[in-house]
Amino acid sequence: MIRLFLRDVKLSVRAGGGFGLGLAFFLIVTVLVPFGVGPQSDILRAIAPGILWVGALLSCLLSLDRIFQLDYEDGSLDLLATAPIPLEAVALVKAAAHWVATGLPLVLAAPVLGVLLNLDPRGFGWLLASLAVGTPALSMIGAFGAALTVGLKRGGLLLSLLVLPLYVPTLIFGAETVRRGAGGLATDTPLLLLAAITLGTLALLPFAAAAALRVNLR
Amino acid sequence: MVLSVTDLAVARGGLPVLERVSFALLPGEALVLRGPNGIGKTTLLRTVAGLQPPLAGRIDTAEGAVAYGAHADGLKAVLSVEENLRFWAAIHGGADIGPALAAYDLNALRQRSAQNLSAGQKRRLGLARLLVTGRPVWALDEPTVSLDTASVALFAEAVRAHLAAGGAALIATHVDLGFPARELDLAPMRAAAGTGDAFGADFDEAFG
Repeated sequence: MIRLFLRDVKLSVRAGGGFGLGLAFFLIVTVLVPFGVGPQSDILRAIAPGILWVGALLSCLLSLDRIFQLDYEDGSLDLLATAPIPLEAVALVKAAAHWVATGLPLVLAAPVLGVLLNLDPRGFGWLLASLAVGTPALSMIGAFGAALTVGLKRGGLLLSLLVLPLYVPTLIFGAETVRRGAGGLATDTPLLLLAAITLGTLALLPFAAAAALRVNLR
Repeated sequence: MVLSVTDLAVARGGLPVLERVSFALLPGEALVLRGPNGIGKTTLLRTVAGLQPPLAGRIDTAEGAVAYGAHADGLKAVLSVEENLRFWAAIHGGADIGPALAAYDLNALRQRSAQNLSAGQKRRLGLARLLVTGRPVWALDEPTVSLDTASVALFAEAVRAHLAAGGAALIATHVDLGFPARELDLAPMRAAAGTGDAFGADFDEAFG
């Protein structure tokens, strides 16, 4: 399992991998929004938590279809399915590798980009915390969506449509955590709910993803 | 007995393609599947490998006994020959990759990335993967595609060594492999047309 994780991370950072794609997209969104909204810093300050979270979510979405599609196309997925590791573990490990290649760079870059959006100084810690807690759920839900659409040609659109509604709770509680933190309010409730969503997806979706993969490999 | 198939029926895309398939493999035995294109050789092999459930009948084999070799080799283009093979060895319990590299004459290509291999070299690497799985039954789908005669000889030698070590092989192929093997012609086992319900299995799958 560790080897599969290391292989996926290695593949994503080598030439042609998805590493940097999400990060670049996140950078573009957060740099362009101030130009589009205009130079009123109080408006930017008000929308910063939402923009940062929406940007992180869309960046995550960008590389989801690669989670299983590449392995499906070159036959690795068949071989992994017959290998002595359970398919549930394959789904979990692949989601984890996707998070390390996509989610983790977003978490680390977000405070820097928060400056561009004039995020309240009190919000930076909460931005980091909420993204760190919330983005694993994005990767796991995405892996489930990718497992559902793995056999389809051009499944990317369907994947986005399937996954976006499932991303909404994470987005709401994630952005709410940052908004409350930036305003100096208590953040316990949204952060705990965000953590609950992440833990719930990590506990349940590997099984759902494995079941979807089994059907799609037939 | 390492693999026994009894009255097996298999379906592709919800339509039955083969039925009443029965055979048994003893240790040290190879069985070559023959039949025209589209008869269901790949479907049969995927079913035996556990990638899809049989429509009817039984497959008796030990858990994790079958190593599947498909049309696609499962190679990652940006990884080297050694990295590709080492990965599959680690997944299957960490066998030494040295003998597998030697058996398919890949030592000179160790550091080359898979995207720079020729089709035949990729195939050899894909077949070398079978050696690092350490599994007793090989289910191979057209293993000699794009191999030259020298490489086919390497493959025949590897299969012979595998059989001599008590393994078994189930091979779908159209060519002569150069070692003695029983043959099973699948043509008489073609599923009767019209008996299949194109929707039955799929509907159960979606709503069951």
